Amino acid sequence: MRNIITICRKEVAGYFASPIAYLLVGLFGLIFGFFFYSATAYFVLAGTRQQMMGQGGAMSVNDYVIAPLFGNASVVGLFLIPLISMRLFAEEKRTGTIELLLTSPLHDWEIVLGKWLGAMIMYICILAIAALNIALLFAWGSPDWRPVLTGFLGLLLQGGCVLAIGCFISTTTKNQIIAGAATFSICLLLWVLSWVSSYNEAGWAQAVAYCSILTHFEPFSKGIIDTKDLIFYISAIFLGLFLSVRSLESLRWRA
Amino acid sequence: MIKVEGLTKRYARHVAVKNISFEVGKGEIVGFLGKNGAGKTTTMRVLTCFLPPSAGKATVAGFDVIEHPFDVKKNIGYLPETPPLYPEMQVDDYLSFVAKLKNIPSADIKKRVDEVCERTAIGEVKHTIIGKLSKGYRQRVGLAQAIIHNPPVLILDEPTSGLDPEQQQQARQLIASLSGDHTIILSTHILSEVEQSCSNVIIINNGEIVAVDSVANLHRRGRTTEVISVEVAGAEPPRVRQKLEEVPGVARVISRDSRDGTAAFEVEAMENFFVRPDLARAVVQSGWNLIELKAVGETLEEIFLDLTRSERGAVPVKPDSAEAAGAEKAT
Repeated sequence: MRNIITICRKEVAGYFASPIAYLLVGLFGLIFGFFFYSATAYFVLAGTRQQMMGQGGAMSVNDYVIAPLFGNASVVGLFLIPLISMRLFAEEKRTGTIELLLTSPLHDWEIVLGKWLGAMIMYICILAIAALNIALLFAWGSPDWRPVLTGFLGLLLQGGCVLAIGCFISTTTKNQIIAGAATFSICLLLWVLSWVSSYNEAGWAQAVAYCSILTHFEPFSKGIIDTKDLIFYISAIFLGLFLSVRSLESLRWRA
Repeated sequence: MIKVEGLTKRYARHVAVKNISFEVGKGEIVGFLGKNGAGKTTTMRVLTCFLPPSAGKATVAGFDVIEHPFDVKKNIGYLPETPPLYPEMQVDDYLSFVAKLKNIPSADIKKRVDEVCERTAIGEVKHTIIGKLSKGYRQRVGLAQAIIHNPPVLILDEPTSGLDPEQQQQARQLIASLSGDHTIILSTHILSEVEQSCSNVIIINNGEIVAVDSVANLHRRGRTTEVISVEVAGAEPPRVRQKLEEVPGVARVISRDSRDGTAAFEVEAMENFFVRPDLARAVVQSGWNLIELKAVGETLEEIFLDLTRSERGAVPVKPDSAEAAGAEKAT
């Protein structure tokens, strides 16, 4: 456990010692801030219009602002996460520091888990910007807090899943750009897999669509925690980390 | 402390290390000598459990590298060819990170970091970011990293490469000061380094061990006659040559380059003749100026080149029987 924390702390410190952490947080802040502004501005406009028309019934902040925002955040996340995960192992392999880790009394899974947790913390720092934006809604309105929590849980699980995949890809190369590009392509593919089900009803199409990361996120953004989605994400995280450990182990044998 | 038996490491296309065996006793400093690509790093990587051997056995501090890698790793300090440094970290943060990885109790970490900083003379850059350090400091931080948990076995892959002569000297002194409590294997292609800091030498060429011997024995080997370099000014080279050949005990005189009125020769003496005083007298009495006169002993460099040049005909030599084995062919 101590080893995992040691590695994790080193990773987090590494992100914040380089411009990457600030860049990612800044970029996400900019993009999410724009989405947030658009969503609230539209909500306010639509709300006043509805009042002028004299139509009854209050509009829900949760449905009109928060749920779409989570959807946006998860997509932006898919683009930013490869930038977090690409350096995890690729950099250590390039600079040779991997030799220090692999010749220290550590288990391979401790290294992988520590690095993944470090990347998760970095991701959480990015999500904190989203939380800051949404906190404003609570300051001036009274949205239901439960869908907000499930939304963040969904973002965490989805991010963890992509980070685990990215972590595995990073173990396979010395080149950060390759690791980042490959992770990004796979993320994109996993995102659009769900389209298959829209034009094909066959069983295999359903199975392929099921693998789409984004479809499993939607229920979370609406405040629904479905065990099906939970299990999907947790098994994907497990698979990614398992492959990373195996790949790290194979470094020794393939040399 | 270190025992290697029939170790072979095969990569996809070539064999890096072929069936090598050697042993290193407790407290010894062994120089691992060989050209680039001879298999030094591969052997060290096997010993540090970074790579598994393809065949053969290696034990470090009594633990097998395949069966008990964890115990092996606890007992070694390893400085790879490029020091494994994180450029964005501060020196002290980096060392405490390594200390934690090596399972040093949290309470002792600060003390250990201070100790190794002092030992490797990096105290003044303790709070500097590693990326800003000069090559010499980086190498020393790498060394500090290797000794932080006070391991019984130290494996240093080219610990002085890239250092300036003064730093090399300091690094060698540091390594020498570590001997005794530590068993050290260091690889290098700088021969003077081996002469200065190692008690034993393992010469490896093309993945095979060509000699295992003490430094002193290697020197003694093959040195039966003395070679003296002589430089004379103010005379015609042929006349000097003739004069030198007349000196009793001189077997051969070889002209080297002659220019600007100075003539240089290499004089080979016969066995058991001490010709230097006579050479000097002969030159001075002829009224010439003696510019230089010095014995050119066979350096470790030449021995090394001799041993590694003859690839197939190389003779593995057992320690303590250098002279005997030098002549006959062993398998």
